[in-house]
Amino acid sequence: MDGADVRRAVDRMAHEVLEKLGGTRRLVLIGIQRRGVDLAGMISAAIAAAEGIEIATGTLDITFYRDDLMTVGPRPVVGETKLPASGLDDMAVVLVDDVLYTGRTARAALNELMDWGRPARILLCVLVDRGDRELPIQPDIVGRAFQVLANQRVDVLVPDIDGELAVVLSAVERG
Amino acid sequence: MTGSTAALGKDLIGLEPLSPDQIRIVLDTAEPFKEITERRIKKLPVLRGKTIVNLFFEPSTRTRISFEFAEKRLSADTVNIGAAGSSVSKGETLVDTARNLEAMSIDMVVIRHWSAGAASFLAARIPSNVINAGDGAHEHPTQGLLDILTLRDHFGSLEGLRVCIVGDVLHSRVARSNIYGLVKLGAKVGVCGPRTLLPASIEQLGVRVFAQVDDAVRWADALNVLRLQLERMEDGFVPSLREYNRVFGITSQRLERAPKELLIMHPGPMNRGVEIDSDVADGPHSVILQQVTNGVAVRMAVLYLLAGGAPHLAEAARDWTGT
Repeated sequence: MDGADVRRAVDRMAHEVLEKLGGTRRLVLIGIQRRGVDLAGMISAAIAAAEGIEIATGTLDITFYRDDLMTVGPRPVVGETKLPASGLDDMAVVLVDDVLYTGRTARAALNELMDWGRPARILLCVLVDRGDRELPIQPDIVGRAFQVLANQRVDVLVPDIDGELAVVLSAVERG
Repeated sequence: MTGSTAALGKDLIGLEPLSPDQIRIVLDTAEPFKEITERRIKKLPVLRGKTIVNLFFEPSTRTRISFEFAEKRLSADTVNIGAAGSSVSKGETLVDTARNLEAMSIDMVVIRHWSAGAASFLAARIPSNVINAGDGAHEHPTQGLLDILTLRDHFGSLEGLRVCIVGDVLHSRVARSNIYGLVKLGAKVGVCGPRTLLPASIEQLGVRVFAQVDDAVRWADALNVLRLQLERMEDGFVPSLREYNRVFGITSQRLERAPKELLIMHPGPMNRGVEIDSDVADGPHSVILQQVTNGVAVRMAVLYLLAGGAPHLAEAARDWTGT
């Protein structure tokens, strides 16, 4: 997917958010560090363009909730978790990430959200669903679903980190 | 230190063996732990299923409670062992105590001991992660880290910052950890106190010695005021507490003569009216309570970083003890 493809997908995802939640009432967008944060920002901008309303956004770093801490070792520096001042109680939270794969990141994010408050509902919104789930977790809103082989990887590139907007499929180097 | 990919290796014995980058990693990792207290559920699952023993051979309130909060907020199971009322008071050696704990499958030991070197002695003999919570007059690394974090919070950078440690440097493991850490991060460190309470060759650690508090106050951006260790004062290091307060006590009159406002720190517990006056300790430039808050975050960071090194633990242990 090139930049234009991604932008069209994000616009549609923004409209799906509004459609599923019946508007912007008590809506909060939470991006998962790092690239989910950029995508949440893009969805928020698309909603602002369509409805003329600024949506509360936040970021979530799930490092402390990973289930593989003891095997991968800690990341040197943990990103920021920053939630909107409104808190999460009784809010409709849209959790945004770049790629949905095993479902373990989404599981960790759900646990962390529950520690912050009690949302009325949570929707999972991802740009790419690459299949091969290891947990019973499914997305509510998907940019595009790819059937990707286990030895391939999907990278979402965003302007702030990678200098361009795209989705790239590549072979995994086995080492 | 070790060849493992872990940020800190197996143990935290002191700041002396750490690189500036390792110290920075601990400080940076402490940042996200600060916000845990804002959550409805003040607990992270990071150390779920881990068992930590707090082995305190010396009395401690603040450090032990701070470690215990850090451990519990990371979901670890903790056991506290004090010297009084345990097998330690029945004559068991440190190694036997530790081996018995090992036999019960523990993951980490936090040790406070009156003897310098006790933590590294233990670390070399058991595969668990060992954290030094103060060993004699050697080091108290987590106190050093929390002091440095507090300074960084206020000044942004430590490069070129002038920090003066005032008081009983001789008996102070806090002073030593602060000096090692601050010098590594580019701060300028001074010490000030009666010559009887300064180690003979303290200048070799890269610090400047001030004989007069007024000179130190003129020079420094921040003062770290040490506790006069009254329990160690039987040997006549100072003539009297009143005289100590008059010559070396940090009073508001003294601080008013400084060219700028100084940040005031104290590792606690304070002897009000001896090394520090109440109006300074409770004054607007005192960050003494913020140090306490940062202490929990720093200790969470250390526990987290050491736990992440677990798969390399055996290897790290060999590297460490091979020397």
